[in-house]
Amino acid sequence: MTNGTRNTYFVLRVPSGTSMTYLRKIAAIIAKDIAAELRTREMLSSMGVFSILVIIVFNFALELTERQIVETTIPGALWVTIIFAGMLGLNRSLSVELDKGCLDGLLLTPVDRSAIFFGKAFGNALFMFVVEVILLPLFVVFFNVPLIQPWVMAILVLGTVGYAGVGTLLSSMAVNTRAREVLLPILLFPVAMPMLIAAVKATSGAMTGLPVSEWQQWLSLLIVFDVILITVSVMVFDYVVEE
Amino acid sequence: MNDRTGTTLAIISGALVVIALGLVFLWAPVEVTMKEVQRIFYFHVAVDWVGFLAFFVTLVASVMYLRTHERKWDIAALSSVEIGALFLTLGAMTGSLWARPVWNTWWTWDARLTTVAITWLVYLAYLMLRGAIDDPQRQARFSAVYGIVSFVTVPLTFASVFFLRTIHPALFASSTAAQGRMQFETGLGSAKMGMTLTFCVIAFTVVYITLLRMRIKLERTADRVAKLQQELVG
Amino acid sequence: MIEVKALVKSFGPTTALRGVNLSVPEGQFVTLVGPNGAGKTTLLRILATLSRPTRGLVKIAGHDLAKGAAEARRKIGLVSHQTLLYGDLAAEENLRFYGRMYDVADLDTRITQVLEMVGLAHRRRDPVRTFSRGMQQRLAIARAVLHRPSLMLLDEPYTGLDQDAAARLEAVMSGVGTEGRTVVMTTHDLERGLAVADRVVILARGRVAFEAQRSELDGAAFMAAYRKYTQ
Repeated sequence: MTNGTRNTYFVLRVPSGTSMTYLRKIAAIIAKDIAAELRTREMLSSMGVFSILVIIVFNFALELTERQIVETTIPGALWVTIIFAGMLGLNRSLSVELDKGCLDGLLLTPVDRSAIFFGKAFGNALFMFVVEVILLPLFVVFFNVPLIQPWVMAILVLGTVGYAGVGTLLSSMAVNTRAREVLLPILLFPVAMPMLIAAVKATSGAMTGLPVSEWQQWLSLLIVFDVILITVSVMVFDYVVEE
Repeated sequence: MNDRTGTTLAIISGALVVIALGLVFLWAPVEVTMKEVQRIFYFHVAVDWVGFLAFFVTLVASVMYLRTHERKWDIAALSSVEIGALFLTLGAMTGSLWARPVWNTWWTWDARLTTVAITWLVYLAYLMLRGAIDDPQRQARFSAVYGIVSFVTVPLTFASVFFLRTIHPALFASSTAAQGRMQFETGLGSAKMGMTLTFCVIAFTVVYITLLRMRIKLERTADRVAKLQQELVG
Repeated sequence: MIEVKALVKSFGPTTALRGVNLSVPEGQFVTLVGPNGAGKTTLLRILATLSRPTRGLVKIAGHDLAKGAAEARRKIGLVSHQTLLYGDLAAEENLRFYGRMYDVADLDTRITQVLEMVGLAHRRRDPVRTFSRGMQQRLAIARAVLHRPSLMLLDEPYTGLDQDAAARLEAVMSGVGTEGRTVVMTTHDLERGLAVADRVVILARGRVAFEAQRSELDGAAFMAAYRKYTQ
């Protein structure tokens, strides 16, 4: 599976071309999801509209009169929005595969099941990133908070990756049940709780300009969460899709 | 249908619980601040402990099911979740009953209680997941997967709330009970408390095992009935 | 090509397949018939590696499915009554995606080739959801043969098609069949099923009830056998 000199920097650790092929399959799955979404824009528009609605509701629900109240509540509001908008995306992404039996189509191919998992999970993370990119400026504008900072973005990435990872696993189960979309929040929220707590506290620390040493344990927790949950999810994904 | 083991276990459980009650109310030392209210602590800890033990049993059963695809592991996982949920509910209730007079609140979001709440939600989610699936194999597989994934996150939840607490000082600093420190009137207080607690934990663990066994038998019987029905029909 | 021994598949208390023995040599076209609930779809899904047997041996092209199904998958193409196509993507894009998943060499040429084979070259850029049911089935076949599988599995491919579309499908499939492939097809359409097959197998209540070479059988005898073994 050589491809000329274009990808020589990948050649380093790989004895055969298998690693490259694996990554390419993941990329192909992500590309397919992006292409499909660009056609209809269903997922992104529903996630986007939902986010804006939530911002408006929070604006009226929270008494944002004092600076301190803003600082303590906004990180929570931000992450709640992300969690729920993300759920919409997760549901849709896996429902698409169920429709017309496309997941079976994927399982028929010799592609490694873990590649399917990573493809869907990173695709879902990507869609969540797009929504977050829109969300951050909106929060800055409506609530006057300094969210456009590198640390905040790093926290967003870390939190989203873990959430999308375990969310993809649980969503692939939920859509295969009678209760479908309704079941995903029930399954996902208890499991995502540590990530949510850590992300909110870390965002709060970064947003209020505290030095990293003050809130770095939350970052560590996020990283630990991501590593453990994604590893476990990949390992058990096989069992979810194999009949 | 003689179920000697079951009956014996039930009798032993009953006896242990009665003895535990005796120990707790008659033998255990009186705590200085909380007086008699403190005695609920023995049941609370024992029941909570069993609630989490049940989760561990579910984890092991889930892993074993995925490796062997044998129905018995699925039955064990399900039964443990149901009984664990029962124990955790009791744990939360006893915790509330204890908290109200001591802390003047029914609930607080500290590390332990939050973890109890989250675990309870996980149990609920597990049962709802099972309820939403008709195909028995898929039901077993999905539950096993969820059992494993959710077990992993519970310690992480505990850790995250624990960090929260070390940053913010305890909200109930005035009560020594909040820091888990209890003082007893008599000299041998702590030792007696330790022994009573251990006994209660053992007693309730035996109760758990008894109930678990009963639940497993029930499910096995249901399986046999279903199989007989199938054979009669087709 | 296919070797099935004592295959048992249970779903909890229900047993769908109760010990199926089947051997299909390379290049043979087998039509599998049977009433609803006989286990046809279950058997096909197991052959397609989408489902795992409870007990028994299944070998495809010499690969024991229990040990490693990935290699076998390269050689299998499935057409089920679900199209397995992404409605929002174009015909071409669907094929390109699957082609990548199967590591098909010379993908672009192959895509054009199969599209022409099924008579859909003029609609290659249109989203699949704009296709009629018949066209979708034809594209599904294109998807199934894209990677040049040696075994084709067809699960009631005529479902939902009118006479015209069914005739077109048949034309496509005979073209496909003569490429030297092994084919196993399930259908409720006994007449058509017999016409295209080398061998017919009747599945009833989870077991092989009857099988015969097409040369030994005519339409009437087949119908009689079907009625006999399936009440």
